[in-house]
Order: sequence, then structure tokens, then C-alpha cells
Amino acid sequence: MLIRVGTDRPVASSDITPRSLWLRRREFLAAGAGLGLGLAGFGARAATSPYSTDEKPNSRADITSYNNFYEFGTDKSDPAAKAGRLKTKPWTLRIDGLVEKPADYALEDFLKPFSMEERIYRMRCVEGWSMVIPWLGFPLAEAIKRAQPQAGAKYVAFETLVRPEEMPGQRSFPKIIPWPYREGLRLDEAMHPLTLLATGLYGEPLPNQNGAPLRLVVPWKYGFKGIKSIVRMTLVAEQPKTSWNMIAPDEYGFYANVNPGVDHPRWSQATERRIGEGGLFAKRRPTLMFNGYESVASLYSGMDLRANY
Amino acid sequence: MKTRGFPVWAVYALGFVPAVVAFGGGLAGTTGPDPIRALEQTLGLWALRFLLAALCVTPLRRFFGVNLLRYRRALGLLCFYYASLHLLAFIGLDHSFDWAEITREILKRPYAFIGMACLLLLIPLAATSTNAMIKRLGAKNWTRLHRLVYPAALLAAAHFIFAVKSWPLEPLLYAGAALALLLVRLAPKRRPSFEQPHKA
Ligand code: HEM
Repeated sequence: MLIRVGTDRPVASSDITPRSLWLRRREFLAAGAGLGLGLAGFGARAATSPYSTDEKPNSRADITSYNNFYEFGTDKSDPAAKAGRLKTKPWTLRIDGLVEKPADYALEDFLKPFSMEERIYRMRCVEGWSMVIPWLGFPLAEAIKRAQPQAGAKYVAFETLVRPEEMPGQRSFPKIIPWPYREGLRLDEAMHPLTLLATGLYGEPLPNQNGAPLRLVVPWKYGFKGIKSIVRMTLVAEQPKTSWNMIAPDEYGFYANVNPGVDHPRWSQATERRIGEGGLFAKRRPTLMFNGYESVASLYSGMDLRANY
Repeated sequence: MKTRGFPVWAVYALGFVPAVVAFGGGLAGTTGPDPIRALEQTLGLWALRFLLAALCVTPLRRFFGVNLLRYRRALGLLCFYYASLHLLAFIGLDHSFDWAEITREILKRPYAFIGMACLLLLIPLAATSTNAMIKRLGAKNWTRLHRLVYPAALLAAAHFIFAVKSWPLEPLLYAGAALALLLVRLAPKRRPSFEQPHKA
């Protein structure tokens, strides 16, 4: 479902991390970790994946400077400017609800059993722009399996950290979001092999503005489903409340699957602008159903995706 | 008048600086990863600012005795020029002259529809901004026509609110300023001395 393969387009001036360099750096990192330099899983075990797109990833500069992370402000430059103060160590992740093994994990312990792989995914924001991002992470399914969901578990609910001292957006007036930021997935969506818990990008630990130390990536859904800086995952029986749906239910549904045929009431979803492509004269490109990840269609067979937007 | 020294042409010259900087920055790649949106937003924001600035002229004169009347036309026209450039950026850069999509967006999206309504109100104001037009219409009619700036200000503020997600502070502050500038005009006139009738 690729529209264009990266190499045939002119390189924008903003692409400051050429792919070749980055690949070499990953080799270097792998070597570093191999020598016991303590890079804790970054690079060393990262393998590329058949789930990856071969589209050209956005530059690291683009990915780390243009973010919607309202905990740090509503401007897209706010997270890069203000997330530096967030302390991600130590970090505790609670897994609870309808599981056999509820626990509060120190993040290092939680991550230990999983091997990281690189996944280069398209990311489509509900605002009509997109990027291609080389994540580092592992399937959420593995974490859920380890927690052993009970029969009644039908959904996974996620919560972001609330720490107003380090997250200025949570102190701002008026309250943009009823904190904590909440997201959720149906259990089968959560178990889908494309669904990722990411801990890094471009072969390095996640920068704070991208949701360090642990975030969700669901590439066939609008970006706001990809909850950042997760502190809690709860398996539940009922469809959980999700932040944007709580704020404006007619604009943001629970499912939020990328769908060019269902417009957001305030803007069309038929097209998108790929960030970093073409500068001031960039052309929009058509948005693809499920953001091009058609294999997930079976999750929704028989569902009216107009009603369940 | 204290302000006689500052020439009107300089207001125009300064007024266009943000547009030139935004466009140049967009070309140079210094306005962030989405230069089209950055330019579109900058132009819209300055259109609104000039609109509010033009609305400040009367209260400044009435309540503070500061007479900036000779700059009002420039401020109003700058608002119109920026709004036009803003629409042009929307049409040419954001949607690459895809007229079907542009028409659909403007008709279907409340924020764009409101923006268009605002711009439609600004057109007759810009078109009648010359001395010759004021003469032709007569001061009374001209003044009456130019009251369209009040609904235009409310529409511009509403457009901003509708263009953003949730309820961030900035658009609310602009809307508050627009409301205040309209409400202050309702204050009873105690001494008519500042409020001279318009001379044709
Ligand atoms: C047909 C007319 C118009 C259209 C199609 C239009 C379209 C847009 C679009 C697409 C945005 C950007 C939304 C985003 O953030 O992605 C925007 C923002 C804005 N527009 Fe307009 N607009 C129109 C008229 C106007 C007029 C007449 C004014 C003011 C006098 C105005 C003031 C603004 C302001 C203040 C913003 C917000 C800028 C920001 O986010 O900082 N617009 N408009």
C-alpha cells in the first residue's frame, strides 16, 4: 500500500539524519552494547521487521520537534522546549485490572523479558499531517500475555503520568484535558502484532517529548491513540473512557481508525500532508484506509465504521 | 496631534514585515516541520491582530484622548490584506488549488465557513476605504456600512476558536479582546466633544 518509496523523492533540507548514517550509528550502538557499554537494549537487540514500511523516515529533527503532547503545552514546539524537566527514572508501571498477575513494575524489570525490534511506521495525525517514524519497541501483545488476562477482560485502558511540577501543560488554564490523559484499545486491537509498546526511536531511547519512557504506537489509528509516558495499563470488561472522546465525543471516537471516508467534523480526512516533504509547496497526498495497514480490516468486519469512528 | 510625525506609509511598510518574514522563513525552512501551516497561521493571526488594532482607534480617542484616526484605514486594510493572503495560502499552499476540496472544506467545516463569512464582510469595507468612496456614499452611509467590522471581529474570533482543538487560552484571549472592544462602544457618551461626527 505504499504510495511512494523514499528514494525517488527530493531530499528536503530538513532531513538532517541521512538513513545511511543512522544505520551506521545503529551498528555502532550494537557494538557498544556488545562491549558491555550498558546501552541497555538499545541497538543491540534491535532487528528490523517485516511490518516496517520502506518509506523514508522523517528526520529525527522533525520527529522530535513537532509533537502533540498537551502535558507540555498546546503548541507543537512546546514538548521539545519543555519536556526536558520530566524525570523518567525511576519509572513505575502498574498493570492491573482483570489479570492474573497484577503488578507494579520498575520499568527496567518490566522491559527485561522483551526483545526490542525496529518498526518503521507511518503515523497519521488527526489534524491532517503524517510522518514516518522508526520506532524501537515490542508488541503490546507480549506484555498482555505475560500479565495473563482473565476471561472477562475485553479492553485495555492506559493512563499517562500526572506530574504537574514537571508537566507545565497540566498546570495550564483552562484545563485542556481532564488529566490524566487516557486511552484504550479493544483487547483484539491490543493483541494485534502491529500494536507496539515503544521505548525508543532512531535506535535511541525515546526523547521525553515523544513519550518517554514508554508509549503506545497503533499505526492504523490517528496519532492521539498513541498514549505517551504510560504509567498504567488496566485490563477491563467495559469500553474505557478516552480523553479526546471525553472532551469532544462528536469529533473523536473511541476507535479513531484512520479513515479517509469519515471526515472529522472540523476538517476533511481525505488527504494529508507528509511532514518534511516539499517545504512550502508540498502537495497533500491521499490518506489510506487504516493508514495503509489493511491487514487490520478483519478486526472490524461487520462494524459500521461511520458510526464507530 | 502628537502622532503627526509618523507617516501612514510606514504603518503599511511595518505592517507587511510579519508576512515577509513568515514567507521568507517558510522558503528558508526555518518555520518548523510544517511550513505551510505555520505561514497559514501567521497570516491569520495577523489579520485578526490588525482587525483588533483598527477597533482600538475609537476607544483610544474617546477614553484616552489619543487620536490615531489617520492610521485606522491602514490598519483595516492590513487586516484585509492579511486575511486575503491567509485565504490564498489556504487555497494555493495548503490545498494546491484543488478547488473541489477547497469548496467542500469551506462549505462543510464550521471554522472555514465562519472564516469565509468574515472575509466576505471585510470585502465591502476594503472596497469603500478610499476618500472618493466615502464621498460617494456620504459619511452617514459609509459609517453605517462600516459597522460590519463589528460582526467581522466576532466571526474572526469565533473562527480562531473553532480552528483549534479543545479550549486553549490564546483564542479565548483574542475573543475576549474583541468582545471588550465592542462592548466598550456601548458606554454612554457623557461629553460629545471627542465624538465628532464624521466629516465627509
Ligand atoms: C475563507 C476564509 C478563511 C479560511 C478558509 C481560513 C482557514 C484557516 C485555516 C486552515 C486555519 C489553520 C487551522 C490550523 O491550525 O490548522 C486558520 C486559522 C486562523 N485563521 Fe483563518 N481562514 C479564513 C479566514 C480568516 C479571516 C478572515 C481571519 C481574520 C480576520 C482569519 C484568522 C485566523 C486565525 C487568527 C487563525 C488561527 C491562527 C493560529 O492558529 O495561530 N481567518 N484559518
